[in-house]
Order: sequence, then C-alpha cells, then structure tokens
Amino acid sequence: MSEINLNSAAQISAAVKSGEVSAVKVTEASLAQIEAKDTEINSFNTVSGEIALAQAEAVDQKVASGEELGPFAGVPIGVKDLFCTEGIKTTCSSKILENWVPPYNATCVEDFLAADAVIVGKTNCDEFGMGGSNENSAFGPVKNPLDTTRVPGGSSGGSAACVAAGMVPISLGTDTGGSVRQPASLCGLVGFKPTYGAVSRYGMVAFASSFDTVAAFSTNVADSAASFDLLAHADGRDATCIPGDRETVSDVVENYDGLDGLRVGVIKELAGDGIEGFEPEVIEQLNNSVNALADSGAKVDEVSLPGLEAAISAYYILNPAEASSNLARFDGVRFGLREPGGNTAEMIRASRTAGFGEEVKRRIMVGTYALSSGYYDAYYAKAQKLRALLIKEFTDAYKDFDVLLSPTSPVVAFPIGGIVDPMSLYLLDIATCPVNMAGLPAISVPFGTGAHGLPVGIQAIAPAMGEARMYKVAKALEEKQNG
Amino acid sequence: MGDTKQKDTTKSLLPDGWEMVIGLEVHAELATESKMFSPARNEFGGEPNTNVHPVCLGLPGTLPVANKKAVELSIRVGLALDCSVQRCVWSRKNYFYPDMPKDYQISQYDKPLNIDGKLELSSGLVVGIERAHMEEDTGKSTHVGASGRIHDAGYSLVDYNRSGVPLIEIVSRPDMSSPEQAKEYVEELRSILVAIGASDGKMEEGSMRVDANVSVRPVGADELRNRCEIKNVNSLRSVGRAIEYEAKRHVELYEANKVPRQETRHWDEAEGRTRAGRSKEDAEDYRYFPDPDLVPIEPSVEWIEEIRSALPVLPSQLRKRMSELGASTSAANLIVQRGLEAIVLEAIDMGADSKRVLTHAENNLADENAKNLDAGLFTDLIKMETGGELTATQAKTVLAEMVETGNNPADIAAKHGFEAMDSSDLESTLDEIIANSPDEWQRYCDEPEARGKLQGFFVGQVMKATKGQADGKVVNQLLQTKSAG
Repeated sequence: MSEINLNSAAQISAAVKSGEVSAVKVTEASLAQIEAKDTEINSFNTVSGEIALAQAEAVDQKVASGEELGPFAGVPIGVKDLFCTEGIKTTCSSKILENWVPPYNATCVEDFLAADAVIVGKTNCDEFGMGGSNENSAFGPVKNPLDTTRVPGGSSGGSAACVAAGMVPISLGTDTGGSVRQPASLCGLVGFKPTYGAVSRYGMVAFASSFDTVAAFSTNVADSAASFDLLAHADGRDATCIPGDRETVSDVVENYDGLDGLRVGVIKELAGDGIEGFEPEVIEQLNNSVNALADSGAKVDEVSLPGLEAAISAYYILNPAEASSNLARFDGVRFGLREPGGNTAEMIRASRTAGFGEEVKRRIMVGTYALSSGYYDAYYAKAQKLRALLIKEFTDAYKDFDVLLSPTSPVVAFPIGGIVDPMSLYLLDIATCPVNMAGLPAISVPFGTGAHGLPVGIQAIAPAMGEARMYKVAKALEEKQNG
Repeated sequence: MGDTKQKDTTKSLLPDGWEMVIGLEVHAELATESKMFSPARNEFGGEPNTNVHPVCLGLPGTLPVANKKAVELSIRVGLALDCSVQRCVWSRKNYFYPDMPKDYQISQYDKPLNIDGKLELSSGLVVGIERAHMEEDTGKSTHVGASGRIHDAGYSLVDYNRSGVPLIEIVSRPDMSSPEQAKEYVEELRSILVAIGASDGKMEEGSMRVDANVSVRPVGADELRNRCEIKNVNSLRSVGRAIEYEAKRHVELYEANKVPRQETRHWDEAEGRTRAGRSKEDAEDYRYFPDPDLVPIEPSVEWIEEIRSALPVLPSQLRKRMSELGASTSAANLIVQRGLEAIVLEAIDMGADSKRVLTHAENNLADENAKNLDAGLFTDLIKMETGGELTATQAKTVLAEMVETGNNPADIAAKHGFEAMDSSDLESTLDEIIANSPDEWQRYCDEPEARGKLQGFFVGQVMKATKGQADGKVVNQLLQTKSAG
C-alpha cells in the first residue's frame, strides 16, 4: 500500500491485518486530512487525536502479537456527535450540551471499537438531528466538499462531508427522517438506514424515538454492507431492538450475480408526475437507474403509494411530539448548560432558552402543542392513524414487489442559506421520512449527476428485515454506475 | 359501592345528614433487586446517589428496559386483588421537576396492567379496585431554605437513589365512608402486599404511600361531589386524621352555601390540617402519550396462570381458616397480622389443643419474634400445659422465654423450678393452711356470700406457700371438695 487510500475500509483493514501498513500510520493520515481540510469543511466538532492514536497503537499491538483482529482493523471512523462516547465530548451540536462528556459508549460505538476501528472524532450535525442541511448547528454549518458553497445535507452533514472529503472511509450517522440517506445523496456517498429495531439505539441521544435509527456512510456498497453486518444484532439495552439473528448482507454483495427476476417497484408519486418539487435531472437519473436495474435482470414496474402525500404532515406532528418529550431532560439540573435563575423553574427556562437553537425550539413548541389536552386527538392521534395507513400501503406494495425505488432527494445539493423557510426544508424529506414512518430499511446509492454536475442518489427500500435484497439492488446500481 | 354496608360508629364524625366518600390511591415500591427500567440496585437507604446508573439518571442516549420481575410482582398484586390482567402500554407523563431526571415519568395511562378488582376487608366491606398500574418512582428532593419548599429554597439537593424504583399504584373506587374503613383498607392492602412478597409495605420508609380522595354528600345520595386529593399522608394515623379533617371542611363549606374546589391538597401533620395545592384550573397538562422507547407488555395466559398458581394463601383466607378453628374475629385478625397462622396450623396438626393454641397466639405472642417460634416446641409446651405439668400462668412465662431464646419448654420450666406438683402434696399444703386459718375456713364453709373472696384468700396462700407452682384450678377443686365433705 504505497499511498493510504482513505476511501475504502476494506482495503485499510486488509492492509493493517497483513502488516502492510500500521493502524497508527492510517490514523495519522486521517488526522492529517482533517487538519488540512476541516478548517473549511467544518465536519468535526471534536477531533480526538490522542485517543485515536492510542486506539491505533492498541490495534498495532494486536497485529504484532498475532491476535485475531476485527473486521474494521485500524479503520478510522467519524462518529456523529449524537452518539455517546466515553470520555469524548458529545454535544449534539447544541450549546446546551457543549461540554458534556458521557460516562459510557453507545452500543454502535462499542461495536466499532470491538471491531478494532479507530474513532478520530465527533462529527458536526444539525442540532439534535433536526434539520436537512446542517445549517442548524451551534458550531456552524458544514460545507459540501464537492462544492463548498453548498450544503452537504443533513442532519448527518458532518458525517457525510468527512467521508466525501476523504478524511475517513466510514462514519456513523443517525437517520430519523432521511438524515443519512439525504446527505449521502447530496455528497455522492452510499448511506443506509436499517430496519427499525435491527440496530440498537442505546447511546444515541434520542430525537424522535420511534423513527430514530443508527446508520452509516461509506464510499462503496461493500463497506456499507460490512457496517450493517457489524451493527445489526440484538441488544438487551434497547427494548425496541429485535431479538434473534439478522440477514448477513456482505455475502450478498460479494456474491452478487445479477438481479434474477427481482421485482422492483418505482414509486409513482416520487417519480416526477406525482408530488411536485423534483428536479428534472433527478427524475432523469431515476429513469436511468430503472433501465440499469432492468438491464441487471430486475422486473421493474410502477407502484402507487397515495398515502405519501400526507406522510410529511403526519411526520412533522409525530416527530416534534416525541422530540418535545425527549428533550425535556435538558433542563440544566444535572448536566449541560445551566443559566442562573431566581428559582428552579426560572433556571430551567433560562437554560433552555439560552441552550437550544431556533429549529429545536420550534419542534419543542409544535410537539408540546400537538400533545396538549384538547389537541391530542386532532393532531397526535390523527397523525398516528396516517402512519398506520402508510404502513399498510407499504405492506400491500410488498405483495407485488421485493424492493421499491425512488430518488433519495428531490434536489441536488443546494447553496448554503439557499432555503430558509422551514416548510420548504421539511418538504425535501418527502422521499425519505415515509420510510422512517414505516420503519423500513433503505439505502441511497449515488447514480449519475444532476444540475451543476452534482451527484444524484437513488433510494432502494426493502420490507422490514429485508436488508439482503436491498443490498442486492444497491450492488446492481453501483456496478452499472462504475460501468 | 361495596357489597356490604356496615354500621360504622365513626359516621358521627360528621354533622347529621352527611356521609363521607373516600377513595384511596396507594403507591407501593416493589421488592425487586434492581430498578424498574435500570440495572441500578433497588435498595432503601445508602449514601445519596450511590444506587444509580446512567439509565435512572436519565443521561442522554440511555433507554429504559422493563424489569420482568417487577412485572411479575405487579401481576401478583393484580391477581391477589381479583383484577383482570391485560395487555398494557407504557406512557410518558410529562412535567418538569428536578427530582425526575428525564422530566417525564414512565407510567401507565389508558391501558394499565390490572383493572377491575376488589378487596374484602376483615370487617366484611368489599372495596372495588379500579386499577393497579406500574410506574417508576422519582428521586428525593431536599429544599434547603426558610420554608422547605421548592419555590423559595436557598438551594435544593436531590438524591436519585429512589429514582426509577418500581412502583405499583393501586387505585380504589370511592367505596369507603369513614376514616376507620380507610385505615382498615390500607392495613389489609399492606398485609396482602407483604404476604405475596410484592412489597415490604413499610410506610415509615416511604415504600408505601397513600393519597386520599375525599368528598362528602347527603346520606343515602348516589352523587359524587367535588373531591380533593390529599397528598403527603405518610402514616396510618394521618390517613384517618387527614380524611376526617378534610370531610369536615367540605361539610362546613356546603353548610355555608359554598362548594369545595376540586383540587390537590397537602396534609400538614404538625398543624393537623390540609392546605391547597394546585387547583384543577391551573393543573399541569401531563401530555400523556405512549412511550416509544418501550413495547407493550402482553402477559400470556400461561404466564398469568403460573403466577396465580404460585400465589400464597391470602390474609383473608387465612383469617377464615383461623375462624374455622374457633378463633374470634379479632383473634383471627391478630394472629394473621402477626404472621402466626403457620405456627398455629402446625401446632394443631401436631396434636396441640386448638383452644390453647389460639389463646396463646392471641394473648401471649405479640412479640415480633413470635413468628419465628418453633411449632414443635410450641406443641410441646401446650401438651405440658394440658397434661397438668404447667399451670396457665407458668406456661405464659415459659412461652415468653421460648420466643426470646428459642430454648425448649422443658428446660425453661426446669430452670424456673416449675415442677409438676403432686396433688397429694398440694392437698397437704392446703390442709396446713386451713389448720392455721380456722376462722376463715369456717366462714368459707358457712357463708356463701363470703366464699368468693375467701377462695381468693386460700388460693393466694397456697400460691405463696408453693412459690406459684400450684395450679389455681386444682386448688379451687380441692377447696370445694373439702368444704362439701
């Protein structure tokens, strides 16, 4: 390995295991990239260089002593600042947690450490995951490495940007309404979200619990599949984590040999002539991807999910409702920012007023309202009914199809400050948030470019626990794309 | 209303024409090893903030996982209270308070675990149980400053050892009509919770806490008027006092043509009065909604039946058993309250005279160590007594020492020199006394009206001479035989 390629976790791991390169060297290379590029990109809130080098040394010692190594040996990773990391600040990109250091690791962080990965730092994001452009961070916006005047997407914008900029090959993000798939699409990366309950949420600072998933970015499908295989397992610390085994998807990717009659349904409402707002170039790439899949042996047809129209409205009731409760604990009493107040109630009010940003406050207000007595039935209960209806539509669709297909984002990366109206930003989640409402697994794979030569992402959605076939489609798209 | 209306002397607490309507909400801490949703230890006492874990401290990123043992104990409570056990959903009750780390409490709202049960009191009154649901306890605040209240405290200290301790909240229907019934309900509920191992029921340690819903109405009416929820009632005695105070306050208001506000009030033990808390108008909106971090509990029929079959015999059934053996109602209550029913049953089973067994259990076994008494030794004692080796008085003395030391009755009796007195020895002792007291003896024989008093005189003299070893009954018999002869 003459030059360290920070784009491939598989290559790094193989080279470290074989002794071709040391984990310390790889980590130093990663830290050097961050040093060189991140002043501008702003993808990391915290770079934990010393801890990373110590972790890398431990990996090298294992190599030297001939110990068995994990699948991510010496691979530097970025961890979204929404995951708890023992001894490393976890801010959620919020002033209210600016200096909080958790006493424990999230399950997904434990998983990567147990796989001998090296955590180089905590990545920037929209505050508590609330946003789609990474402009809602207390520590400044993240820039898209492909065009630094543009957003990387959000909320896991930092995790996307650090991979896209070649600082690390893998990063952990969270996907509550598209927060990994959308930035993956805008930054030209592969980003998956697992089935709700396939990956433990323990240690992920909760935003909207019934939608929250732990997810990851990579530059290629194989690294993505390896990440899923690492993260997807039962966990007694998360009551919503599904017990039992999961499908192994790395084998599926490795042994890919065409789609062999797989039934792919293109979601009509998201294909240009249903819901508005999709850029024509995005639709053009969707059509190209359909041809590519058909060419790979898939049977492709259209499918209609009329419930999608109302999905955004329901999502933006339920999501803030859960958030308003989840974020109550940030009260200045036990941890985080405390602003002085004459009594306890005033202290809590002052701390929350000073600590939360605009978008977070907006969602707390909306969510509190939606749950209030007298409004609960009109908003929360009604939105739950829409959610149930949408789930049924997906279930029905999977009677005829194995995988559903859509663009990930209606638009390519847009200029920083280009969309200021929150409603317009919410509407960009139209293809992604319904998937979280139904708890389904989905993956965004880069496929061609759209306006300004910026990448377009195609989303494959599978039924619950159907990650294997989802990765099959992802691999097909990647193969056609790479020609 | 309960099935059995009983005469209640305490009704006279209110002016004529009024009756009390009382419902109770009892919170009991469940006797589990760990907390409701957290691996931290569930233990009373301990240095502040030592029985804690990231989960019960509500640290960001932590998630609750329900404690199966707590669910099992709660199902036990439901079954012991004759409830239907059903699929239940965890809900969040949202409000800000520093001793509640997440600023919401995980509870059960519209789908509780246990519904529609009943509790029969020893007096026969049947009190309906509306629901018995599970929730987590809060931490404990100490407000340091002039008033001891949060609003104007100089500062507050919070101990999270209690945070997340599993609770069951048992809500009765408003079926009680006197402070006595309310106290009886609390005592009966407590004895059930202890008997089934669900809770230690210690009110003094706060592991059982009572809120009382009190209203009044004209006697015989069906209506439910505005009620007040009285909080901070921390002893059995305060339960009675608080209810009495509050009911009288309501009657006074009605008689002055005013209407009590429906509100939460706090019992001030020192001043013996309740004080207004939040009224309904400015009550918190708890914004209950299903907790997305937890899955509903769906107890299977098999699991419920397994728990039911392992339930111990309940206090009411034990009382019934004691009554069948011949105990009076009050004796049966005392015996069961003291946990002596097993000893009683075993001793009778081993051939001890049931009347003596019940008499001792009622009168001579009040000591709290009495429940550790060995039934076999207890049987030996009663056999010695009924066999004439010990008098009733001696038996009582020996029994007290058995409870204290665990020694066997023969040794204790020997140590005290409680030898069996031969009746011929006794007769000669009596003859001697008669010979020394001829006037008294004459009067005993001739004056029936003086006989009772003189009988006491002669028995006393015999006891004195025998250092209490004589059996009074035998002395009486001898006196009678001699005077007749």
